[in-house]
Amino acid sequence: MMNVFQQIQEALQYAFIQRAIIAGCFMALGCSFLGVFLVLRRFSLIGDGLAHVSFATVAIGLLLRAQPMVVSIPLVGLASLVILKLNEKARVYGDAAIGLVSSFGIALGVIIASTAGGFNVDLFSYLFGNILSVSSFEVWMTVVISLLVALAIVLFFHDLFAITFDEEYAYVSGIKVKMVNKILILLTSFIVVLGIKIVGTMLVSSLIILPAVSVLQIVKSFRATIAIAGVFAVVSVVIGIFASYVLNLPSGATIVMINFIFFIAAFLYGRIKG
Amino acid sequence: MSIIEVKNLTVKYRGIEALSGVSFEAHTADYIGIVGPNGSGKTTLIKALLELVPYEGKIYFSGRDLSLLTKEKHIGYLPQKISFLDQRFPATAKEIVVSGVYCCKKFPKHLSQDDYRAAEEAMGILGISNLRDRPIGRLSGGQQQRVLLARALVHRPEILILDEPTIALDPQSRQAFYETVQKLNKENKVTVLLVSHDIGSVGKYASKLLYLDRQLIFYGTFEEFCKSPEMTDYFGSGQHNICHRH
Repeated sequence: MMNVFQQIQEALQYAFIQRAIIAGCFMALGCSFLGVFLVLRRFSLIGDGLAHVSFATVAIGLLLRAQPMVVSIPLVGLASLVILKLNEKARVYGDAAIGLVSSFGIALGVIIASTAGGFNVDLFSYLFGNILSVSSFEVWMTVVISLLVALAIVLFFHDLFAITFDEEYAYVSGIKVKMVNKILILLTSFIVVLGIKIVGTMLVSSLIILPAVSVLQIVKSFRATIAIAGVFAVVSVVIGIFASYVLNLPSGATIVMINFIFFIAAFLYGRIKG
Repeated sequence: MSIIEVKNLTVKYRGIEALSGVSFEAHTADYIGIVGPNGSGKTTLIKALLELVPYEGKIYFSGRDLSLLTKEKHIGYLPQKISFLDQRFPATAKEIVVSGVYCCKKFPKHLSQDDYRAAEEAMGILGISNLRDRPIGRLSGGQQQRVLLARALVHRPEILILDEPTIALDPQSRQAFYETVQKLNKENKVTVLLVSHDIGSVGKYASKLLYLDRQLIFYGTFEEFCKSPEMTDYFGSGQHNICHRH
C-alpha cells in the first residue's frame, strides 16, 4: 500500500493533475486578489451572483453548440456591468442588484435547459465543476486572466486602495472611480466564468470570499492582506487537489473545505492574539 | 482677490431645491463656519464645492472656474468620519495618511520617498507620529479624525473643507480638534470651511459664520451675527442664547 507521499508523487505524473494545479493556482491568485477589494467593499457576493448568471450563459453556449467559456465571458461581463449600473443609477442596493441579476440568470438557465433538452448532463456538470477535467485551452485562459488581474492590481493599486477605503474621498482626489470600478467588476466576471469549471457555480464565490476573510482576521496592513490572501488561496488549492486525489473526494469541494479550515485557524489565531 | 467665489449657486435633488441662489466670497486664511439646522444645505454646499453633486451657478477658485481646474490639488477634504470608516479595515495610519497624495499623481501612481516624508510631516503637525504603524480601526475616534485630517493636509492644500468633523468626538477631543484646525489656519494660512451644527463652538474659532437654511441667511463675523437686527428677527431669543453661550 502506497503512503501519502508516494500517492502525491504518482499524481504529479498525470497531465490532468499538472493542468489542474497550474489552473487552480492561477485561479486562486486571481480570485483572492480581487476578493480582498470585493469583501472590503461589501460586494463579495458578486461572485455568487455572476456564477448564477454563468449558469445561463453556459446553457446558451451549449444550446448554440459553442464553447461555453467563449460565450460566457462577454455575457457575464455584461451582466457585471448591469449590476454596477443598477447599484449606481437605479438606486438598488449592491446586494439586491446582485440578487436581481443572479435570480434572472438561474431562471433563464433553467428555462433554456428545460425547453431545449438534451444537454442537461453537461449543464449540470457546471454546477459543481471539475478541476481535473480542465483543458489546455482553459488552463491558458486562466493564466492569462489571472495575470491580467495581477497587472490591473499593480497598475491601479493606489486607486483601488483609496476607493476601497473611502469612495467619495477617492472621487474628490480626482481618481476615476467609475472606470476603476468597471475594471474591477469586469475582471471579477472573467475570473468567475473560469472558476465555474474548477469548483462549479455553487462554490466559485468561496474562492473569492474565503482567503480574504481569513486574512482579515490576522493581518492589519493592506499590502500584506493581499499578499497573504494569495498565499492562503494557492496553498488551499494545492492541498485540496492532493487531498481529493488521495482521499478520493470531489476536488472543488475539497479545495473549499481546505479554505474553510484556513479560515477557522485564522479566526482562532486572531482571537487568541487579540 | 478672493480664493473662493460662489455666485448664485443652486442645487436641486429631483427637482427640489436643496440650496437656492447662494453667493459668497472667501479670502485666503479665512476660517468660515458653515452652520444651519438639519437639512439646511450645509453638506450640499460642500458637495457642490467638491463637484460631488450637479449645480447651477458659478464657483470660482482664485478667479478660475472650478469645473476647469484640477481642484483636488488645491483642496483638502475631511468627510464625516462616522459615515464610512470600517473599524476592521486592514490599513495602518501611515497607509491612510500617505493616500492623501494620490490626488497629485498621474497614472500609474507611484509613491516616492518625498511622499512618505510629507506623510510623516503631516502626522508630526497633528501629533500622531507615534500612531503611524497602528491599524486605523484600533484608534480612538479623536485619533482617527486626526489621521483623516493628516490625509487631507498631506498634499499641502490651500483650502481645507471639513464636514462635521467633530460629530463623533467627546468634548475634550472636540476642543483639541478645533484648536488644531485653528493653528493650521493661523500658522499655515490655510483657508478653512467647516460645517457644523454647533454655532457656539464654531463661532469661538471661525473668523466668519455662514448661516444657511436652504438659502444664505447670514454671512459675516460672529460679532456681526450677534449684533444683527435681522438675525434677532430671524432667531428671536435663540440669538441671545447662541451669543451668550459663546
